[in-house]
Amino acid sequence: MSTEPETVTGAQSLIRSLELVGAEVVFGIPGGAILPAYDPLFDSTRVRHILTRHEQGAGHAAEGYAQATGKVGVCMATSGPGATNLVTPIADAHMDSVPMVAVTGQVGTAMIGTDAFQEADISGITLPITKHNFLVTNAAEIPRTVAEAFHIAATGRPGPVLVDVPKDLMQSTTTFSWPPTLELPGYRPVTKPHGKQIREAARLIRESRRPVLYVGGGVIKSGAVAQLRQLAELAELPVVTTLMARGAFPDSHPNHLGMPGMHGTVAAVTALQKADLLVAVGTRFDDRVTGRLDSFAPQAQVIHADIDPAEIGKNRVADVPIVGDLKEVFAELLPLIKKDVASGAAPDRASWWEQVNRWRDTYPLGYDDPADGTLAPQYVVEQLGRIAGSDAIYVAGVGQHQMWAAQFISYEKPGTWINSGGLGTMGFSVPAAMGAKVGRPEATVWSIDGDGCFQMTNQELATCALEGIPIKVAVINNGNLGMVRQWQTLFYGERYSQTDLGTHKHRIPDFVKLADAYGCVGLRCETKSDVAGVIEKAMSIDDQPVVVDFIVGADAMVWPMVAAGTSNDDILAARGIRPVFDEEE
Amino acid sequence: MSRPAVRSLAPVRPEASLHTLSVLVENKPAVLVRVAGLFSRRGFNIESLAVGPTEHPEVSRMTVVVRVEDAVLEQVTKQLNKLINVLKIVELDKDNAVVRELLLVKVRADDTTRRGVLETVQLFTAKVVDVGPDVLTVEVTGPPAKINAMLEMLERYGIREIVQSGVVALDRGPRAMMVPASRHADRTA
Repeated sequence: MSTEPETVTGAQSLIRSLELVGAEVVFGIPGGAILPAYDPLFDSTRVRHILTRHEQGAGHAAEGYAQATGKVGVCMATSGPGATNLVTPIADAHMDSVPMVAVTGQVGTAMIGTDAFQEADISGITLPITKHNFLVTNAAEIPRTVAEAFHIAATGRPGPVLVDVPKDLMQSTTTFSWPPTLELPGYRPVTKPHGKQIREAARLIRESRRPVLYVGGGVIKSGAVAQLRQLAELAELPVVTTLMARGAFPDSHPNHLGMPGMHGTVAAVTALQKADLLVAVGTRFDDRVTGRLDSFAPQAQVIHADIDPAEIGKNRVADVPIVGDLKEVFAELLPLIKKDVASGAAPDRASWWEQVNRWRDTYPLGYDDPADGTLAPQYVVEQLGRIAGSDAIYVAGVGQHQMWAAQFISYEKPGTWINSGGLGTMGFSVPAAMGAKVGRPEATVWSIDGDGCFQMTNQELATCALEGIPIKVAVINNGNLGMVRQWQTLFYGERYSQTDLGTHKHRIPDFVKLADAYGCVGLRCETKSDVAGVIEKAMSIDDQPVVVDFIVGADAMVWPMVAAGTSNDDILAARGIRPVFDEEE
Repeated sequence: MSRPAVRSLAPVRPEASLHTLSVLVENKPAVLVRVAGLFSRRGFNIESLAVGPTEHPEVSRMTVVVRVEDAVLEQVTKQLNKLINVLKIVELDKDNAVVRELLLVKVRADDTTRRGVLETVQLFTAKVVDVGPDVLTVEVTGPPAKINAMLEMLERYGIREIVQSGVVALDRGPRAMMVPASRHADRTA
């Protein structure tokens, strides 16, 4: 829609711009410098503001909202500490390519640079962790800046954009009209792939004997999930989905080998190591996937398709580089693959599939019940996935519980798995689950959190309880900073320095009482036989947030594992168990 | 004569060589910080950096000299291109570009040595821009090799102080690094 120019305040211009650019929800906290914006926001019927308890919570909520809906998430904070509290979620969104716009108030223009009260150079601070940022210097530029921020956040490789607005500009009088004309001469994301590279990619796929389709989160962001499946089925490619791509390809699909990387399946890791061709799509050869880069997939040629040209060749040289939006890449590639399949040009890959299947059958994901009789955390996660099903959204924190949630829940659809992959932000889960539930209120949203993570951001339970956002939280409570403890077990001679949180020994805090204090239902589960029942009970409560304190064993470890800095060839299926591969060929 | 403007933690590999990038950027606040910050955080070495206006008031030109391997240069260029305010990047071909630096140098020159200093100044078609009883300030422009050669010649007289600009460079021939015709891109929200 377009509007006639009207005379408004800068603050009204800001809120009108947010309304017209399509922001439905803003997560935030008011404060001195952003106060003018909160006055017109009070009257807005199109933008719902959700008052969080910490700006970090607002930022992660915007991320969760964005990843559950595919829309741009919006958060708002005041200057200085409000803005610096957004730094972690902004960095998180930058690493995981999450479309987000952060609006911050700034001290008045006359005071900028004077170390004024609550002043922080937030555009300077966020320079390396935003896709772009703006310090507005003229109230007339507010609509264009907001429109540009949303455009940049949502297009190309998505990412966070910060808009910093000085208080005096919000209080000044300006004119508002919509839509503004974008002025971004230096921003032209390439979405259409190069035809020659597409033909070259088709040729490599046709000629390869041991291909693997290496799928990253870009497939979900591009909305290319259906085409991905077509490609995998047509060309009969084994598929691995990275931590950011869980749900991009159904876990139940016979072509799926699981997750690659440090805690990937033996089949996925080994298939990449033995492949003669990687078809890498929307992925960035992260160190957690490749292990030691110089021994990663040593025999493979690489087709690398991504919308960000700077990712191609960054870590691994691409034999066929393809810059483009994956939807358009697949649209051009699929007809060529179809033709090859129809003409019977594809080589016989029976022996490759035989090998891959053998790895998959011999080394499935698994776990043992702890010898000390404690509850296995993996069992809890597995049951949760079984009972809540593949339509639920699972939002993890960071650590052991995150890896178990990635391994033992079957993801069938995109957008059902949300986590902090690149930055590894403990405390991500509860606020991100809140944001996801706001974006998809009809879906069951489970936060799967650790007792360490949970204590970093559980204040947002108050927001959930008061705003009617009934998320469910499974605290996988092993009493420790579990992943750190696992490394201490394996690499630091079982010297458990500063990893015991006391949540077992002293039950401080008592998560059931904490839930109750926050207006949530608190449940506890300590034995295997209770797990299913407690989950069912939590599933039956839909008018209140629920927190379940699962007391699990402290010694459970995440397996398989490729130790940091070692080669993927040295993967251990379990402690001390190195897979034995038949060295044919 | 290379004085790194930005030090980096990344070791300079022996295969690294000097590359001159001409970068057109929007003339907006903080654009220099964005470019310089990118170099430091990605671990690239800047050997020299010069920024100035262009024939279009809304566009500035940065001339960046980096010492990197070819593969790293590609990564530098791609990362620079991702900056929203960067309009265009061209690597200048050393052999087909006019490359200049400006040097001001204060040289000790008393009655016994002044003649020798002046000869050197003449040889390099440099200029004396300030004179004192025992010091001359000399201005010279030219490619880095010439500047270095002159400095070497002057060293024997005693150099008091120098200041040097970053490298600026243009491709030879009639072609210009085109600025996008319309900066008001035809896009609306």
